[in-house]
Amino acid sequence: MNYWQGFKPGNWQTQIDVADFIKQNYTPYEGDGVFLRGKSPKTTVLWHKAEKLIQEEIEKGIIDVETTRFSGIDSFEPGYIDQANEVIVGLQTDEPLKRIVNPYGGYRMVKKSLEAYGYAIDDELETRFQEFRKTHNDGVFDAYTAQMRLVRSTGLLTGLPDAYGRGRIIGDYRRIPLYGVNALLDAKVEDLHKINGPATGEVILLREELSEQIRALKAMKAMAAAYGFDISKPASNATEAVQFLYFGYLAAIKENNGAAMSLGRNTAFIDIFIEYDLERGLLDEEGAQELIDQLVIKLRMVRHLRTPDYNELFAGDPNWVTEAIGGMGTDGRSMVTKTSYRFLHTLTNLSPAPEPNMTVLWSQELPEAFKKYCSKMSQVTGALQYENDDLMRPIYGDDYGIACCVSAMGIGKAMQFFGARTNLAKALLYAINGGVDELKRDKAGMPVKVMEGIEPIKDEVLDFDKVYANYVKVMDQLAEIYVNTMNTIHYMHDKYAYEAGQMALHDSQIHRYMAFGVAGVSLVADSLSAIKFAKVKPVRDENGIAVDFKIEGEYPAYGNDDDRVDQLAVDIVEYFSGSLKKHPTYRQAEHTLSILTITSNVVYGKKTGATPDGRKLGEPFAPGANPMHGRDKTGVLASLNSVAKFNYENSCKDGISNTMSMVPQALGKQAETQVQNLVHIIDAYFGKGAFHLNVNVMNREMLLDAMEHPEKHPNLTIRVSGYAVHFNRLSREQKEEVIARTFHERA
Amino acid sequence: MLGRIHSIETMGMLDGPGIRTIFFLQGCPLQCIYCHNPDSQKCDRGQQMTSSEIVAMSLKYKEYYDTSGGGVTFSGGEPLVQGPFLIEAMKGLKASEIHVAIDTSGYGHAGSFDQVLALADMILLDIKHFDEQVHQQMIGVSIKGLDIFLEKLKQFKGRLWVRHVMVPGYTDDTYSVDQLFERIKPIAHRIEKIEILPFHQLGIDKYKDLGLQYKLRETSEMNPDIAKEFEIYINQKLKGYITKRVGGEQLPFVASSK
Repeated sequence: MNYWQGFKPGNWQTQIDVADFIKQNYTPYEGDGVFLRGKSPKTTVLWHKAEKLIQEEIEKGIIDVETTRFSGIDSFEPGYIDQANEVIVGLQTDEPLKRIVNPYGGYRMVKKSLEAYGYAIDDELETRFQEFRKTHNDGVFDAYTAQMRLVRSTGLLTGLPDAYGRGRIIGDYRRIPLYGVNALLDAKVEDLHKINGPATGEVILLREELSEQIRALKAMKAMAAAYGFDISKPASNATEAVQFLYFGYLAAIKENNGAAMSLGRNTAFIDIFIEYDLERGLLDEEGAQELIDQLVIKLRMVRHLRTPDYNELFAGDPNWVTEAIGGMGTDGRSMVTKTSYRFLHTLTNLSPAPEPNMTVLWSQELPEAFKKYCSKMSQVTGALQYENDDLMRPIYGDDYGIACCVSAMGIGKAMQFFGARTNLAKALLYAINGGVDELKRDKAGMPVKVMEGIEPIKDEVLDFDKVYANYVKVMDQLAEIYVNTMNTIHYMHDKYAYEAGQMALHDSQIHRYMAFGVAGVSLVADSLSAIKFAKVKPVRDENGIAVDFKIEGEYPAYGNDDDRVDQLAVDIVEYFSGSLKKHPTYRQAEHTLSILTITSNVVYGKKTGATPDGRKLGEPFAPGANPMHGRDKTGVLASLNSVAKFNYENSCKDGISNTMSMVPQALGKQAETQVQNLVHIIDAYFGKGAFHLNVNVMNREMLLDAMEHPEKHPNLTIRVSGYAVHFNRLSREQKEEVIARTFHERA
Repeated sequence: MLGRIHSIETMGMLDGPGIRTIFFLQGCPLQCIYCHNPDSQKCDRGQQMTSSEIVAMSLKYKEYYDTSGGGVTFSGGEPLVQGPFLIEAMKGLKASEIHVAIDTSGYGHAGSFDQVLALADMILLDIKHFDEQVHQQMIGVSIKGLDIFLEKLKQFKGRLWVRHVMVPGYTDDTYSVDQLFERIKPIAHRIEKIEILPFHQLGIDKYKDLGLQYKLRETSEMNPDIAKEFEIYINQKLKGYITKRVGGEQLPFVASSK
């Protein structure tokens, strides 16, 4: 109990309730950023070394891989970058940027990744593993139906987590510094003993999981002990609080290579410890900033072994170390603290960078000074994204975080079954082509039928009602396949690649979301609009498949705040969302849906034939819920208004991503006006019920220059769809796509 | 009533305070040689819209106006050319409590001036040149055409900004700036600020597309820093007139200074 001295008491003392601890103890900060300090001498030295390593890695592709052992919370010796200058310690392996092999998601992916970089796993380890251990990937393919395999190979469903870690789980890493691992262990043991009654599948599963969680907590203690820390007890000062919290996250990334390994919502929590130490004279502002800078350096060193294809798809192996910052408390107080500033300030002290993925939970009620600070940081660094706290707080309360880009969940209370996305534009082509894929051919070179019962449309001019009726049928079939596929994947993931460490930092009874996703919404809306308001004539090949479309006349395009077409976009998303909800999910997960593509909009384009809106075969989709490139012709606000029409809570509860690019001058003449105007835009956009905004304020010329002279723009960071990337790490095609996006400017 | 619209910008941050929807009205009696929207000059082009469509569209951005103190700006072309339509649209906007600014050269349908000025919250007056001969060459009309509107502005109750596009070789010297100031001196006590907009070459492609001759092809862009210096200079001159405002009322002086 000595550890909690000085903190205000509350419910948090008698049960695990971090939100209550925060509420009782944090200090909202209404001021501006003048108190912030530069980086400490230690941080300067450390960051210099880290940057050199990161640069070396970019040149080589990879620094090293640990090939003699597999992933695990306690599998590796301690590692350091520069121990004397590290205030916060802990690396995934014994060397910085040395990658872990995690075979449990799927061995083939591991092998491919290793081969691509010229590594091989230790022979004996490989033989034994393959002989005695089945993976998640093996399990999934044992249970996939022929049709599931087919929709996967045509690219109707893509990016499914059936060969790699699903991620999108956020451990409540704060529990370790607040309670210490021993208290968490005791609670889990107690929970385990409380599970009685008929031994149904679910009950047995839960008992097994809790036992695994207990082992994982013990492994965390051992891992921290190897670094010389005792995390069995709560943290007694700010340095320990940050360190213990990081150990929790470190355990997660040692154990799992999930696609998105997000951090949660930690700044108000850490701030309590920092404030307390500042008061006691144990820390000064430079020291406080040092803690955050050093934590962020560690977060920028997170790596997973992935195939070069994967890195190309997502531009420089991102991990979506998402930290949710700000937001309002349910009691009406702002949750912005000085540490919210300190966290964002790392972009100044270190350099602009994509990780951690800084996500501002925006509310109309946030302090004006903080809004302006964020706006300025957005314009200077391009590294922030905004999500509507006023929309989420009524649903999730005030202790939720964001997994990956836009997935909200209560910290330690809920997890997500990640489901990548389906290609709704391809589905529209199925509606026209009678369920036949427009690109896929069988071994005999004949078209492949993916869905039964869809009558091909043979009209010379496409008829809206006919196409729409068929599209509804395709969406219904798709929804059923999609839910069943997801159920299969997550059943096997729980079985063969369970995230015991992360789940140990959750309540034992949790809420589960099953997060479906769609790509190509703007494209489908424009296609349907073209069919409805212009004349669209399919050009069919010898097999009768529409391979191109001729459009006569004009049609309203999504992105101009024109209800005639925007409503089509809203309708199809609502319909598909409703259709998914008709099918039962694994572990009674709640169905959610996102409109998010990340950078995969380029790859989707490659895998999708020409569409009735005039887009040609192979051309990229728009990212997320964005209008198609260049079709939003009436300015930023019309474009934002179109996106704001989707209903978050009812149909897109896993997030709606929107990325806006504009030149600085479009925001006003002077820097101060530009900062203020961006605040007004976000306020009003979210006031209309919109969910998310990525902001890029930059010149097209700068991007063109960066394409030709990457060395001149080493830290150029841009927001893509839900996360940020270093521009230089995008592929040529992705760079071209980013440059082709609508840039809002006025001559 | 139907009007002709050249284009719409839903996020205008440059033509008046706050976030504004800019309706660029089609048609202009002038032919400024530096015009960057030559496609807005002819009166028979553009998309037709009713005044109530203008109001309905503007209402979609009300949240943005409210958070930022913005509103609607009619620009052009020259909005005063479509005077009756403009008045009808302005009436609708005022009924919806939307702030309205008119970005004008002061040339247009003179019969509408009184009503436009009665309805407008703000005028952005564009001053072209001070010399009759150069004005004829540069703008294509007599400098005297502005006199009626200038006279009416003396009684205007709303906010007034004056703007001037500075083209190298035409007005980028102290003498010219002094002369420009002389031109607007009769209304100086009503002017809140003067903006010097540096000439740029972004309109060049439009001339090519329209098959029009572009006389400033060889002219260099105006250095924004120098334009800024002249802007500070002319606003300094303006300061002397602020105290002479009718009723002694002090309008906020928001001219840019470093």
